[in-house]
Amino acid sequence: MLRETDRHFKFDWLTIILFFLLVGFGWVNILSASHSGDAIELFNFSHSYSKQLIFIGLSVVLIIFILSLEAKFYERFSSIFYLISIVSLVGLFIFGKNINGATSWYAIGSMTLQPSEFAKTATALAVAKYLSDLNTDIKSFSDQLKLFGIIVLPALLILLQKDAGSTLVYSAFFFVLYREGLPQIYLVIAVLAVLLSISALKFGLIITLLVTAFIVLTHHFTRKKRPSFFQPLVVILISGALAFTVRFIYQNFLPVHQKDRITIWLSLEKDPVKLKQMKQTIAYNLNESEKAISNGGFAGKGFLQGTRTTGNFVPEQHTDYIFTTVGEEWGFIGSTLTVIVFVLLIVRVIILAERQKNQFSRMYGYAVASILFIHFNINIGMVMGLIPTIGIPLPFFSYGGSGLWGFTILLFIFIKLDSNRINEW
Amino acid sequence: MRKYILFFFVIIVGIIFIGRLLYLQVFNSHAQSIYDDNAIRTVFNYPKRGFVYDRNGKLLVSNQPSYDVMVIPRDVKPLDTLEFCSLLKINKEQFLNKYNKARHYSPRLPSVFVSHLAKEDYAILQEKMRKYKGFYIQKRSLRKYETNIGANVLGDIGEVNSRDIAKDNYYHSGDLIGKQGVEASYENILRGQKGIKFIQKDIHNQDIGPYKNGKYDTLPRAGKDIKITIDADLQAYGELLMTNKRGGVIAIEPKTGEILAMVSAPTYNPNSLVGRNRSKNFTKLFNDSIAKPLFNRSLQGVYEPGSPFKLMNALIALEENVMSPNEKVTCYHGIKYGNRFMGCHCPSGKRNDMIEGIEESCNAYFLTAYRRILDKYENASVGIDKWSKHVKSFGLGNYLNNDLFVGQKGRIPDREYYSYQYPKTFYSTYTVSNAIGQGEVATTPIQLANMTAAIANRGFYFTPHIIKSIEGDTIPESFKTPKYTSISKENFEPVIEGMHQVYKTGTASSLKIKDIEICGKTGTVENFTRIDSVRTQLTDHSIFVAFAPKDDPKIAIAVFVENGYWGSRFAGKVASLMIEKHLKGEITRTDLEDWLLSHSLENEYAKPYSGKPFKINGQTELQVIPPEEFNKLKQKLNQLN
Repeated sequence: MLRETDRHFKFDWLTIILFFLLVGFGWVNILSASHSGDAIELFNFSHSYSKQLIFIGLSVVLIIFILSLEAKFYERFSSIFYLISIVSLVGLFIFGKNINGATSWYAIGSMTLQPSEFAKTATALAVAKYLSDLNTDIKSFSDQLKLFGIIVLPALLILLQKDAGSTLVYSAFFFVLYREGLPQIYLVIAVLAVLLSISALKFGLIITLLVTAFIVLTHHFTRKKRPSFFQPLVVILISGALAFTVRFIYQNFLPVHQKDRITIWLSLEKDPVKLKQMKQTIAYNLNESEKAISNGGFAGKGFLQGTRTTGNFVPEQHTDYIFTTVGEEWGFIGSTLTVIVFVLLIVRVIILAERQKNQFSRMYGYAVASILFIHFNINIGMVMGLIPTIGIPLPFFSYGGSGLWGFTILLFIFIKLDSNRINEW
Repeated sequence: MRKYILFFFVIIVGIIFIGRLLYLQVFNSHAQSIYDDNAIRTVFNYPKRGFVYDRNGKLLVSNQPSYDVMVIPRDVKPLDTLEFCSLLKINKEQFLNKYNKARHYSPRLPSVFVSHLAKEDYAILQEKMRKYKGFYIQKRSLRKYETNIGANVLGDIGEVNSRDIAKDNYYHSGDLIGKQGVEASYENILRGQKGIKFIQKDIHNQDIGPYKNGKYDTLPRAGKDIKITIDADLQAYGELLMTNKRGGVIAIEPKTGEILAMVSAPTYNPNSLVGRNRSKNFTKLFNDSIAKPLFNRSLQGVYEPGSPFKLMNALIALEENVMSPNEKVTCYHGIKYGNRFMGCHCPSGKRNDMIEGIEESCNAYFLTAYRRILDKYENASVGIDKWSKHVKSFGLGNYLNNDLFVGQKGRIPDREYYSYQYPKTFYSTYTVSNAIGQGEVATTPIQLANMTAAIANRGFYFTPHIIKSIEGDTIPESFKTPKYTSISKENFEPVIEGMHQVYKTGTASSLKIKDIEICGKTGTVENFTRIDSVRTQLTDHSIFVAFAPKDDPKIAIAVFVENGYWGSRFAGKVASLMIEKHLKGEITRTDLEDWLLSHSLENEYAKPYSGKPFKINGQTELQVIPPEEFNKLKQKLNQLN
């Protein structure tokens, strides 16, 4: 047993340092993005950067609170947390406030709170709890179904509030399930389905089907033990149906703005003039954000010196597009360092998760790493034009209280769990 | 394996992101230049453009302020439109029109509301301007021509076009650049260096302060003043004499190559290309395809030189030793060559030596000389190349490489030039027209003036140029070094004596000026045009070259008057008067002056466009201008003196 005075040394300080690095650098960039030309007033709370300072202060309070609670508390009450967050998501349908087309906020006075930011943590806890139960077998289909249920329920509620970006985050749990033994076939099917969908959109139905048939049949005829001909035929048929459905949804059911984003991402518009026009109008954000990043060059324009940042050329720059500020003002050096710090943090969480003796802690840690990874991947990928525009915040960086607190809770519950592994014998 | 899948993904994504950053920020970073960054507005601070003075220090071109009323539609507050319109001298309809146009362009950006306010209007408006929110006055600088002369010399400035911008990155859209004349050739000296201010913009294109507190801003540097070689008084006099005529006059100071006067007629008032009416007036001048006022006839007009070119043949014949000054050639009212005949106005049986040949401009004499030059060598092919080389050493047949904005090569043929027409055989008889300055020979007035200067100098010339001095700078060395011709000094004397005789007893004897020893040569050049694709002969061009005084030449001049008939009729008079004006400063031959001012060639120029058959040369009557118009010209003349 460790002595009482040594207890706080059990926390993984590397993770905590990385966390504060990101939050601190994030704030510097929010300051730059939301300030334009006039003097900096830290305590004028009409400025976003001043508000964010409060949010950061409150999150420190949160951290102390989370770390002071008993580690077992989180495991034991995980179902309660899950239930509360589901109720709060449902409650949005009645009390929710609509901001930017999504009904994802509770408004208390001038303060707004976004329950979906906390639902991720709750879901992570619930998945870890259910999966670590001795009676759960991930190989059994019924348990797989129940796990999917736990994940899909909040995701569905968020989708119904028209926040497609946050819904996508729940795909992070796939990594957790896979790590814990979800059969290989799911991964294969998932990857193939994504490839098939992209191909169906980009190259059309006929080419996609021909290529699929060719691959499937080649595979079939080169096998030593050849199963009945029925099997490849079904695969081709299902592929065809999927490809058709994807195209059909893209053409008829997808909201216009989402359709356009995909069109631009995959360059589906044949007419180059029209495509360029689309880039300047529909993909205005993306166009401006790429320009801002590229404007930074190797060394960047310097703190508060980014011309496109100062001129507010990039909309939503202090929230989802915060990385453009890094790109313009800190250049290739600053952006690369930011990417590296993110990668280090995620990798550190994975390493910590892997060394957990307690199954619950390991699975929760894995969920934390996956969620952070999905956010990091989608946000920066979007800002740099690698994937279609999906509006989700960059963890610890983007402006916003709910987001910051959500990620703080998510990460620090794990740090607490990790600090407790010594007691898990 | 399952343990590492997420780890693997994270690393891969990190690498992809860094790769993308590398592409966006290092390899494809396109906005490093602050000029290209559309978040930065570049504001230019234009310096004073240099002044232009004439050789005697008389100010020719300066600057004048011009005031534009600007509007930012978004900032406009309700106003007393009636009063505002009356101040701007527009009506309410125009006001709304202009306002809507500006708002349509951009509600946040300034647009020109009324341009080029008159100075008086500006004074009144300035006091009341504070009442009209959203409007302000912007000062601009325009060129001011202090005289009405020398439009073709001074040139004008106008907005740069896309070609100028592509050629020199100093220029940006909206900048002004010299378009013609001295303004164009000394653009780099006159313009100075503009100052640049960088201003940070926001997404609405509004200014939000200096970029990096003005760290990169530069101050403008004023343009330098220049002095040109033109004598404003002589230039004005020449332009007046050429009223109602078409053609060019070039006067050169032989000792320096400085151009004293450069007249191109018809001309225009340079002030008409300044300010509000620039584009309207320019279009009018540009579209005048008959009189072509923008065509600088003294530099660009390529004409057959006619008889003055006989001087060249005389010089070459002496240099090549195929004629001696005293040898006589008999003229039979012309001369036979091969089985053809070239006419001449000499009485049949007249025997001319070189001096008489020049004095009488005898075709027979120069045809003989020309044929002897070509036949001196084994064949005429070698001969004509020798001949061509001599001629070109006078600066004919090529660009003069001077500081004038336009120019023409003219044409001095050699054997190669004829190789298409005469691929095999080539005899001296084939090209005899060159002997009398017709046929394939063609020159511009400035080349002829330069040739005359070279004769006056007895064998060398300075490249004719227009720059006298540059404030705090020197003029190019090439303008100060003499160019030697291939004719030796002693061979000039008989030719100059011949030219002197032209004035004494020859074709220009009626143009004598008291107390000035002038050497000259007349020219009468046949010319043709196409009317409805029929080759039609027009009245001959009147040409004259001269220099004076004979032994200490101070001025060499070439005058070209289109369709003026014979040499001394128009061109000779102009040349004599300009020489007198330059050397004496006053005119004794006012009879010549009156004659020139009272006679017009406009009816002659109208003939080819009349659509009717017409007569030429001797069968026509010279147009005399109405007395009131003549009095007006006389008045102008009195103002000059």
